[in-house]
Amino acid sequence: MAALMAILKRDLALAYRQRAELMQPMLFFILVISLFPLGVGPEPKTLQLIGPGVIWVAAILSSLLGLERLFRDDFEDGSLEQLMLSSTSLPAAALVKVLAHWLTSILPLIVLSPLLALFLHLSEPMYWALLKTLLLGTPLLSLIGAIAVGLTVGLNRGGVLLALLLLPVFIPLLIFATSAVESASMQLQYSAQLAIIGAMFLFSLALAPFAIAYALRVSQT
Amino acid sequence: MTVLSVTNLSVVKRDRLLFENINFDVERGTLLYVKGQNGAGKTSLLRVLAGLVEPDSGEVHFCQQDIKDYRENYYQHLVYFGHKLGINLTLSALENLEFWCKQHQVTISVDTIFCTLAKLNLVGLEDIPVANLSAGQQRRVALARFWFKQDAKLWILDEPFTALDTQGIELLSKQITQFLSIGGSVVVTSHQALRLDYPTDEITLEYRI
Repeated sequence: MAALMAILKRDLALAYRQRAELMQPMLFFILVISLFPLGVGPEPKTLQLIGPGVIWVAAILSSLLGLERLFRDDFEDGSLEQLMLSSTSLPAAALVKVLAHWLTSILPLIVLSPLLALFLHLSEPMYWALLKTLLLGTPLLSLIGAIAVGLTVGLNRGGVLLALLLLPVFIPLLIFATSAVESASMQLQYSAQLAIIGAMFLFSLALAPFAIAYALRVSQT
Repeated sequence: MTVLSVTNLSVVKRDRLLFENINFDVERGTLLYVKGQNGAGKTSLLRVLAGLVEPDSGEVHFCQQDIKDYRENYYQHLVYFGHKLGINLTLSALENLEFWCKQHQVTISVDTIFCTLAKLNLVGLEDIPVANLSAGQQRRVALARFWFKQDAKLWILDEPFTALDTQGIELLSKQITQFLSIGGSVVVTSHQALRLDYPTDEITLEYRI
């Protein structure tokens, strides 16, 4: 347990010291979303229609931008090697690293989202639905993303490959999330969509740590 | 007592057979010096011994237990020092070592870390990011691990003397000899001649095409 706490503390401290690097995905997120009303025009109806999709697409793309940070530095400087050679369980360590990553690079996006929802003219029920889908869905991005980062960390410039690997996997999430917000806009129940996203999240929470650990071991070869 | 025993080990890397069916034992209190040209497979052998890479065939046993099945037990008694230092450049020497100790379940006081860093000639550099230190100093920070893990039974060192000055080499050699004399085992590769007053076993890997 102490070892896992140490990983969390270290990763948070590192994120704080590399905050310039952390800002990039966040800026990207804000820029994309703030450009849409300018490009599409200020018509509230149109904006409301595309809003949830735009926010979710921007969230997925910006999470992809920052995803490589998860293991790249540790792989390159050998910290990952030392982590594997300790008696700390690797799946648990991987889960903690994913948690640290989510806290430092995705949570800020969620915190920013009310402001951006305002840009896109989302109504209040839509906003609450969006927030719920983001809270349930973005950990999934981090967990599944970490598997792909683990697999590609040994390759140079795995960035494009990473996006190609991950985007198809994220499509179901995108569909259910935006459909939840759309239902909310029509004052309909959207608990079914939330339940599906929640199920996907729990499923990946249970299995992804082992897949990440395996991917990291494979990358050492 | 045999600490590490290797049976019929073969490793293929990028369609090139690095070594085939090698067998050796490392006894308690002995040093194994792995020799060979560049590209002969020394690092690959050491990574297999550490369990970082799976061999294509053969087995590695630590205290009669297959390292694949008893990873946790093995890693409680192993210190590995590879080409990559395992030191984060943004963190300070102190933070790096504290983290490493917690990671490896080594309980150690901050004072001991300070003392060890002083022994390694890093006085006054404990709190600045490791990126600001020279290559040799960065290596010294990483080498401090060899002063911490008391219950280690096996050290695996891959080119530990690179970038160290003569004083650093002497310091590390002394620490290795001391570890051997209390019953530890060491596997080491080095292109510099080992200057240890301790009997060494040698194994030479041939470069194969």
